[in-house]
Amino acid sequence: MTEAVQKIKKPKKAWTPLFVITKRDTLPLVKRVLIRAAAIVAALLLCSVITLVVTGSNPLQIYKTMFSGAFGNSIRIVRTLYELSVLLVIAVAITPAFKMKFWNTGAEGQVLIGGLSTAIVMLTLGGRIPDWTLIIIMAAAATAAGVIWGVLPAFFKAYWKTNETLFTLMMNYVAIQLVECFLKIADKTGSNVVGPTTLSHGWFPQLFKTDYLLDVVIIAVITVLVYIYLRYSKHGYEISVVGESENTAKYVGINVKKVIIRTMALSGALCGIAGLLIVGGASHSISAETAGGRGFTAIMVSWLAKFNPLMMVFSSLLIVFLERGAGEVATVFALNKSFSDILTGIILFFIIGCEFFINYKLHFRKHSKEAAV
Amino acid sequence: MNTQDNVSALRLEHITKTFGSIVANKDVDLQLRYGEVLAILGENGSGKTTLMNMISGIYHPDEGQIYIKDQLVSINSPKDAFEYGIGMVHQHFKLVDVFTATENIVLGIKEKGRFSIKRSAAKIAEICGRYGFDLDPNKKIYEMSVSEKQTVEIVKVLYRGADILILDEPTAVLTPQETDKLFNVIRRMRQDGKSIIIITHKLHEVMEISDRVAVLRKGEHIATVETKDVTESELTDMMVGQKITLNIERTLSENTPDRLIVSGVSMTNKEGVKVIDDISFSAKAGEILGIAGVAGSGQRELLELIAGLRTPDCGDITYVDPSTGNKVDLRKKTPMQIRDLGVRLSFVPEDRLGMGLVGNMDIIDNMMLRTYKNGNPLFLDRQPSRVLANDIIRSLEVVTPGATTPVRRLSGGNVQKVLVGREISSAPSVLMAAYPVRGLDINSSYTIYNLLNAQKKNGAAVIYVGEDLDVLLELCDRIMVICGGTVSGILDGRTAEKQQVGALMTKKKEARQ
Repeated sequence: MTEAVQKIKKPKKAWTPLFVITKRDTLPLVKRVLIRAAAIVAALLLCSVITLVVTGSNPLQIYKTMFSGAFGNSIRIVRTLYELSVLLVIAVAITPAFKMKFWNTGAEGQVLIGGLSTAIVMLTLGGRIPDWTLIIIMAAAATAAGVIWGVLPAFFKAYWKTNETLFTLMMNYVAIQLVECFLKIADKTGSNVVGPTTLSHGWFPQLFKTDYLLDVVIIAVITVLVYIYLRYSKHGYEISVVGESENTAKYVGINVKKVIIRTMALSGALCGIAGLLIVGGASHSISAETAGGRGFTAIMVSWLAKFNPLMMVFSSLLIVFLERGAGEVATVFALNKSFSDILTGIILFFIIGCEFFINYKLHFRKHSKEAAV
Repeated sequence: MNTQDNVSALRLEHITKTFGSIVANKDVDLQLRYGEVLAILGENGSGKTTLMNMISGIYHPDEGQIYIKDQLVSINSPKDAFEYGIGMVHQHFKLVDVFTATENIVLGIKEKGRFSIKRSAAKIAEICGRYGFDLDPNKKIYEMSVSEKQTVEIVKVLYRGADILILDEPTAVLTPQETDKLFNVIRRMRQDGKSIIIITHKLHEVMEISDRVAVLRKGEHIATVETKDVTESELTDMMVGQKITLNIERTLSENTPDRLIVSGVSMTNKEGVKVIDDISFSAKAGEILGIAGVAGSGQRELLELIAGLRTPDCGDITYVDPSTGNKVDLRKKTPMQIRDLGVRLSFVPEDRLGMGLVGNMDIIDNMMLRTYKNGNPLFLDRQPSRVLANDIIRSLEVVTPGATTPVRRLSGGNVQKVLVGREISSAPSVLMAAYPVRGLDINSSYTIYNLLNAQKKNGAAVIYVGEDLDVLLELCDRIMVICGGTVSGILDGRTAEKQQVGALMTKKKEARQ
């Protein structure tokens, strides 16, 4: 027996974590706003320090340049407004799927394939039929393509539980390859873009003699409609139930497969329309860069707004402002583009990171309890 | 401090653990000797698993001390437990499916020197040889049977040098032959000087394998006795305790036509196990039919079958319409179809926030779950749900800041009031409730009993799945006991004895095979 007693390892000093993380109840609105504001201030301060140390430029000057890059003159304002609305419509498009906890990382491909379909229609039918019929066919083609890109992964998810994140992600590359293929056929110069000179028909009309304005109006309408759909329609309710708990959905008799497929059809269709708006309404060109990473940025926009389409106006404004402002800083101060990316990165890090403090609370452990032995 | 005659491998003193207002363990003392098999016996919810989780470092006790080899220890994590030589084999295995047995066993161990899978394999082979395990070290987990997976789990803790083994209901998933094999291994480990704690509620296994039995009831340690000195029926008495009078109102039901008839229903789950085996019964209007049984005997599956969430392999489920007397076949119908047929079937599932309600939605939206299809085909009408939510909050005294509070933020009792309130709001003719008072305090429990009784008076057929035998005996008109997916007896709730129910719950499975 004594042997056994000796065998035991000396009990090491009981280790207690320095703090414990617990989930908070929902904070009052004022506190939530304050935490976010504090995060932005902290981010700007850190950015200032880094700017001073690395470049020696005046940080205030840099912020001023950022602002003027986004809102400096009417052309810039219109451009910012357009960028904001395109990002917004993609974020709004993926939101129904995200509310259902269907992690659609394929918005990029869905937008691209919508844009490609638009371009193909513009190229093949342009000039042969009146422009307004052409635009209707473009819209139909873009929507259909988006639906196909959205429904395919949904179908496999619903029936065979495949991983939707990987599936949608891979569909992006299929879309990119198809665009490349189209470029090889349609563009003999090898410039990797099929531009406005080739796609000369089916341009969206100007509204109040302003470019892009029609896009902005259409997107505003879509945003409000999706908000209403999610908040007040029976479909929206089913999406929430399926997203929160598939078991509950089955318990009340919701056809989960149907809801998954239907929602992704909608999500894909809206992404397809986003592609239409970019190609038909603004750039009149198609390349592998048409979606330009917005399909991924939109995920962040949607999350930051807590899946509320109306709030996404603000989160996409923030991101577009940062991007355009940072670009301007790089030009004006002759800094490397990477520097403005660093600033954008820091600001986003703080904004996303502060959500942790909104949802969780840190308790520091009292050490007195363990001392009594 | 009391002195012991000989040093014990493990000793617990005054262990108390609470979860909110629920006391899971109260002032528990327990002693485990070297080289013995100690069985821990208790009904569902008697605190067996919580106690073991504290020994293996998953929970930390609120009060009390744990001594290992007579040294006071503080076990803060499963890793600490391993260092003290404690190894727990959980009911649900924690293995990496695509790894081999050997890879799973060595996973996460820091051994001195360079890692060599060959050396590990040799050590595993040595352990298997010593205790008589039947294990192919190169087989992948996903190719293994449940019993083989369990073997891997046991070898894993032995490999790490555990000399106190805790097995949480190890036989629940095994066939009788596999159980025999496991018991042989346990005997060899005992000979080798290991101390083994086995959690079970199968009495004959306790008699067969253990040296001593510790009985827990409602979180308290009742007694520890030498197995050879007790009989099965004495153990049952200790486990279920004396009958306590609860004063639950029970009206005599008369004129009780059949409302729901289940005949010859069987069902196999995804793993190919027959979880429901030829169950037949009827639920009558105006009575409460209790279903008793140890956890996992098929209660959940049975209710889900009736509710249309699962499909039976064979058998019939028939509903008798109270107004017309027409019979409606419910088999292979989805919940939506059942409702469209005009069947007023309500179901309070065991998993309240995971199935009955949506935790992140507010009370109003949760009320809407059953009725959102009504009215306008496109848009929701929240008004009736708002009225219902406020009604329930008022009449059932739900403690909540308001009807727009997410239900996950309510306490357990209030969550249950919301769920039961919704389910009875449709004036059901069949009401099924699975463990509706689990985790609830006394007052909330009585609210629920009264609600069930009110439904019975209204002529509903109430099916109540419960775990507290005292409640079942006081509340129910008839009690159906199920064991291993079969009906082991249907008793009259007014005349049945607690011991009778207890005996039926643990009736030997082998009788059928």
